[in-house]
Amino acid sequence: MREITFSEALGEAILEEMSRDPTIFTYGEDIAKQGGIFGAYKPILGKYQDRIIDTPISEEVIFGSALGAALAGMRPVAEFHFADFLFTGMAAIANQIMKFKYMTGGQGKLHLILRGPDGISKSAAAQHSESIETIFMHIPGIKVIIPSTPYDMKGLFKTALKSDDPVICFEHKMLYAKKGPVPEEEYYIPFGVADVKREGRDVTVIATSRMVHESLAAAEELSKEGISVEVVDLRTLIPWDKETVFKSVKKTHKVVIAHETWRRAGWGAEIAATIQEELFDYLDAPIRRVGAKNVHIPFSPPLQDFVVPDRKSVIEAIRSVL
Amino acid sequence: MELSKDLLLKLYKDMVRIRTFELKAEELFLQGKLPGFIHLYIGEEAIAVGAMANLRVEDYITSTHRGHGHMIAKGASMRRMMAELYGKKHGYCKGKGGSMHIADVSIGVLGANGEVGGGLPIAVGAGMAIKLQKKDNVVVSFFGDGASNRGSFHESLNWASVFKLPVIFLNENNQFASTERVQETTSVENIADRAVGYNIPGVTIDGNDVLAVYETVKEAVERARNGGGPTLIEAKTYRIKGHFVGDPQLYRTKEEVEMKWTNEPIGRFEKTLFEGGFLNDKAKEKIWKEARAEVEDAVKFAEEDEYPVPEEALEDLFEDSTNCLY
Repeated sequence: MREITFSEALGEAILEEMSRDPTIFTYGEDIAKQGGIFGAYKPILGKYQDRIIDTPISEEVIFGSALGAALAGMRPVAEFHFADFLFTGMAAIANQIMKFKYMTGGQGKLHLILRGPDGISKSAAAQHSESIETIFMHIPGIKVIIPSTPYDMKGLFKTALKSDDPVICFEHKMLYAKKGPVPEEEYYIPFGVADVKREGRDVTVIATSRMVHESLAAAEELSKEGISVEVVDLRTLIPWDKETVFKSVKKTHKVVIAHETWRRAGWGAEIAATIQEELFDYLDAPIRRVGAKNVHIPFSPPLQDFVVPDRKSVIEAIRSVL
Repeated sequence: MELSKDLLLKLYKDMVRIRTFELKAEELFLQGKLPGFIHLYIGEEAIAVGAMANLRVEDYITSTHRGHGHMIAKGASMRRMMAELYGKKHGYCKGKGGSMHIADVSIGVLGANGEVGGGLPIAVGAGMAIKLQKKDNVVVSFFGDGASNRGSFHESLNWASVFKLPVIFLNENNQFASTERVQETTSVENIADRAVGYNIPGVTIDGNDVLAVYETVKEAVERARNGGGPTLIEAKTYRIKGHFVGDPQLYRTKEEVEMKWTNEPIGRFEKTLFEGGFLNDKAKEKIWKEARAEVEDAVKFAEEDEYPVPEEALEDLFEDSTNCLY
């Protein structure tokens, strides 16, 4: 199968859907000419230029206008530049987009997408490195997708572009250039279906985004010692695939949850709580969580490496439950 | 100005309908029949009515926490509004929103809004949609003097100006942001002066003069429909009632309020209509009587309506909420 990058997968998803749906348009900062700060939009430049729009640095309008545009019949895809800047326009997201449908008794089809980069890169420090997906899982009202591979990126984003509900898509900066197999044929990946990225017998690692790759690397290393690790990529957090997770837990009886966002009250806590509430008798060990230490992402490379989890953190957590 | 008798009487009738609805809502609230809290539009009716007379059903508005008047003027059903105020099943929001979140997307009302300044970016988005769809519709975004101090106001005006969007920013300067006087919190004497900073037309008018509102909005709407971009209109008015029903109003005197009652918009317009021979005592009484009957019918509808069953609280979060509630 051909291999394309994560960015190219995103671009293909947008172009394929734009070609048949004239209501799709996308806008944000530094996208129409530069192709996005990390080049995520480079593959789509030069096509449908009237539907790729550079905007002022006005986050509350970038997000709030998506709601108005959706209610007026369009399918806006608003880019958030850096996940950290979701906070800059958070009023429009948490008070408007996420509440509108519910508080109006189900009115309107809110087919809108907020998408952009999250996570660490090379020493971007505290205001350009956050992973804040948990917040959007905590507050009701938006579907949360967080793909780890080009294949998942394309399939999930195409589904998002057909969804009649608000979707937020977190794309890890360190994944954009990563290549992976993507078929030429068209496909969609439904929300709420996890993907078992590696099958195993001894322990289940539940992860998303960059930590899927760190977990796969950890699994590969431990396999040399005869430890068999199953890696479950949730792919979407709202909805999340309880069925696949539970099936894996019933098989391995041991669970590690790995995410780049803070360990404290990160989404792993929710998954862990659900597993212990509903599958307590199947567990042979306490559930372990891997996440960032509970401080901000620091600048200096050794500091960042210390705070943010990697494959070594996953290996350590796995060893502690075996 | 050459306005037809039909239009003049429609303006009057709609103001009376709003006033009647609001007086009844106040009464019901004080009787303890309405949960939550409500913000009355009494004294500001000329703005919603004068503006909306220029709009089509397909045009959009965004409203505020003081939004009953906007809804009625845009053509909403009083029955469904009142049922929502009661928290009943057949209210506009099925009892999930209440007074502050009433919307009717089918007639272009993109929501009242519990967040001051929350509607402005939504209006801008609707304006972007209209432009991309190459339609000639417009959006009127109502907001108060308090909202003009929010970032969302400034971001929205700049954005609408840059993209020349068909949005009319209609500021209802009722002199108070909750308990705070506009002079104490706002850097300019006239909020419309802020239009200069965004390179768009800005005009300050007497918001208690329904004809002035009508004419000013008419010009702005025509400009917007013809691709001329946004306008900021400041309609100066006065919030005769408290911020909410039950507000102790420690920030002003009774004398000040009594004095302002003499300038309320319905009485003023009535005088114009009487002088012009468009209205007499008999016709006036008929209009008020019909408005009272419409409101009473809405109250009856609301009182007879059922409450939603508790489990309905789990509906309406998404179009498709499969596996999204755990």
